[in-house]
Amino acid sequence: MTDLYLILAVILFNVGLVGFLIRRNALIIFMSIELMLNASNLVLVSMSHVHGVLDGQVAAFFVMVVAAAEVVIGLSIIVTIFRARRSTSVDNEILLKG
Amino acid sequence: MTAAVLPLLEFTPPTIDYVRLLPFLIVMAAACLGVLVEAFVRRAWRHEVQVGLALVALVCALAVIVTGWGSDALGLADPIGPDQLVGSVMVDGPTQVFWLMLVLFALLSVCLMAERRVYAGRNAFAPMAAAIPGSRAEAEADQAGLEHAEVFPLTLFSLSGMMLFVAADDLLLMFVGLEILSLPLYVLAALARHRRLVSQEAALKYFLLGAAASAIFLFGAALLFAYAGSFDFDLIALRYDHGAAADRLLWAGLGLILVGLLFKISAVPFHSWAPDTYQGAPTPVTAFMAVCTKIAAVAALLRLLFVALGAARWTWQPIIAGLAVLTMLVGPLLGAVQHNVKRLLAYSSVAHAGFLLTGLAGALTLQSGLTEGQFGAVSAISFYLVAYGLATIACFAAVTLVQSGGREATELAAWSGLGRRHPWFGLVMLVSLLSLAGIPLTAGFVGKFAIFTTAWRGGYWWLALAGVLFSLVAAYVYVRLLVTLFFRPSDDQVELRLPGPATAVVLTLTVIGSLAFGLVPGPLADLLGQASVFLRSVHG
Repeated sequence: MTDLYLILAVILFNVGLVGFLIRRNALIIFMSIELMLNASNLVLVSMSHVHGVLDGQVAAFFVMVVAAAEVVIGLSIIVTIFRARRSTSVDNEILLKG
Repeated sequence: MTAAVLPLLEFTPPTIDYVRLLPFLIVMAAACLGVLVEAFVRRAWRHEVQVGLALVALVCALAVIVTGWGSDALGLADPIGPDQLVGSVMVDGPTQVFWLMLVLFALLSVCLMAERRVYAGRNAFAPMAAAIPGSRAEAEADQAGLEHAEVFPLTLFSLSGMMLFVAADDLLLMFVGLEILSLPLYVLAALARHRRLVSQEAALKYFLLGAAASAIFLFGAALLFAYAGSFDFDLIALRYDHGAAADRLLWAGLGLILVGLLFKISAVPFHSWAPDTYQGAPTPVTAFMAVCTKIAAVAALLRLLFVALGAARWTWQPIIAGLAVLTMLVGPLLGAVQHNVKRLLAYSSVAHAGFLLTGLAGALTLQSGLTEGQFGAVSAISFYLVAYGLATIACFAAVTLVQSGGREATELAAWSGLGRRHPWFGLVMLVSLLSLAGIPLTAGFVGKFAIFTTAWRGGYWWLALAGVLFSLVAAYVYVRLLVTLFFRPSDDQVELRLPGPATAVVLTLTVIGSLAFGLVPGPLADLLGQASVFLRSVHG
C-alpha cells in the first residue's frame, strides 16, 4: 500500500522532469519544477506516516515556504525578461552561447 | 478526541547555544538590517551605509570565528561529544574552517562590489533593475545616479545560507540552506549595469536550472527520508549500519542528492549553467559565486558523503571518481577554445571542480586508514579551495579593470599585450594564473599536490595519475591567456582602469596569499589539519 504513494510520487516527479526537459516556455518549465517539489512533498508526508514520525510533515511545510519564495524570485526574473523581450520562450534570441 | 491530541502538544523547548552560532547570526542579522536600511535611509547615503554595514558584519563574524578557535571549539578535546551540535547545526572543526573561508572570501567579494572608481563613480549594478533595458526610465535612473544598494544585503543573505549549508547535520536544514544561498544569487546575477539583456538571460538560465537541481536534491532527500525515517545524518548512517544496505530507496536518494550538489559544484555533466551565468552576471557577483558557492557546495558534499554515507563509500567512490575524470577532461578542453575571458574562467572553475572531486573520491579519513597527523581528504580539499579562491577572486578583480568605452572588455583579443604595457597587472595575472595552473611556488601547486596525494593514499592512484595528466591540459588554458597578455601586440582601444582602494586591497591580498601559501604552506596546512574531523551527532 505504501509503495503506491511512492510510485505515484515517482510518476509525478517524472512528469515534472520531462516537462522541464521538453517544454520551451519559461513559465511551463517553472510549473514543472513546482510539480517536482510537490512530488517530494507527497513522499515526505506519506513516509512520515509510515515511519510514525512527524519530521516529514514538518518538512513539507518547509518545502512549501521555500517553493513560495522561489515563485517570488522566479516570476520576477521571468516577468523582467518578458518585458524586455515580449516572449518567455527559452529558445528566442539566445545571447549567451559557446 | 482531545485526549488523543494532547500528547502531541507536549513540547520541550530546545536549548540553543547562541554563542556557537554567533558568526552565522551576525551575518543574518546584518542582512536583515540591510533590508531596513533600504527602507529608512536616504537614497544618497544608502550605498555607504550598506557597504559599511556589510563590512562591519563580516569583520565581526571573522573575529568571532577566530577568537572561538581552540581545541574545545573544534571538538578535539572530546571528539565524540555532541557539544558542537546546536539543533541541527553542527559547529565542528570543518564547519569553523569553511565558515572562516566563506566569510573571508565574501569580504573580498563585497570589496569588489563596493568598488566605484573603476566604473567611473558608480557601482557595477544596474541603476534600476526593473526598468526595461534601453528604455527612457532606465536612462533617467542612470542620469539621476540611482544605484541598487540591495546587493549587499542580498550577498549577506546568500552568505548566511552558505554558512547554514556547510554546517547542516540534517537533510532538511541542508535543503533550506541550499535555497537561502541560491535565491539571492539568482537576483544578483540579473543586476549587471551593462549588457543587461545578457545579464537577465544569465539569471533566467541559472534560476531554471538551479531550481530544477534543488527540486532533484529535495526528491533525493525525501527518498532518503523514506529509507531511514529521519533526516538526521547520523540516523541515516545508523540505518545503513543496521542492515537494509542494498535498498533501492537509498541508492535512488543518494543519486538524486548527488545531482543536486554536483550541480552547485558545476561538475560535468551538470556544468552547462556555469559559463553562461558567469559571463552574464556582474563581475563582482561572478567572483562571489565562483568562489563561495563552490566552497559551500564542496563542504556540504563532504559532510553528506562522509558523515551520512561514510559506510557506503564503496558505492559512491567510483561514481565520484568517474565524474572527476569527466570534469577534469571536459572543463579544460572547452576552456581552451573560449574567446571570452569570463567564460574561460568559468570553464577553469569547472576544471577545478574535477580536481576537488579527485580528493573527494580518495575519501581518506580517519575511518579509512588515515593516521593521525597526516593530511586527509578534508584538509587537502580545504587547502585547495583556499588556493582556488584566492586566484579566482584576483582574476575576476582583474576582469573589472580591463575596459573599453566604459564597459568591461572581456574578449580575449582585448587583453593582448596588457601584461607588458602594465607590469603590475601582468604580475597579478601571472601569479594568479600560475596558481590556478598549479605551478610550483604557488598555493595552487601545494593544493594540487595535497589533493593528489590523498587520492593516491585513499587507493585511487589511477585517478591521481589522471589528475596530474589533466593538470597539464588545464595549464594550457592559462598559458594561452598568459601568452595573449604578454606576447601579443596591444590594442589601443582598450584601457586599463586604475583600481580604487577596495579593488587594490583585494588584488594585493590575493596575490600575496597565492605566493605566501605556496612558499610557506606549513602554517595554513597545520591550521586546516587541526580541524579536519567531521563530528557525528550520536544517537543511541
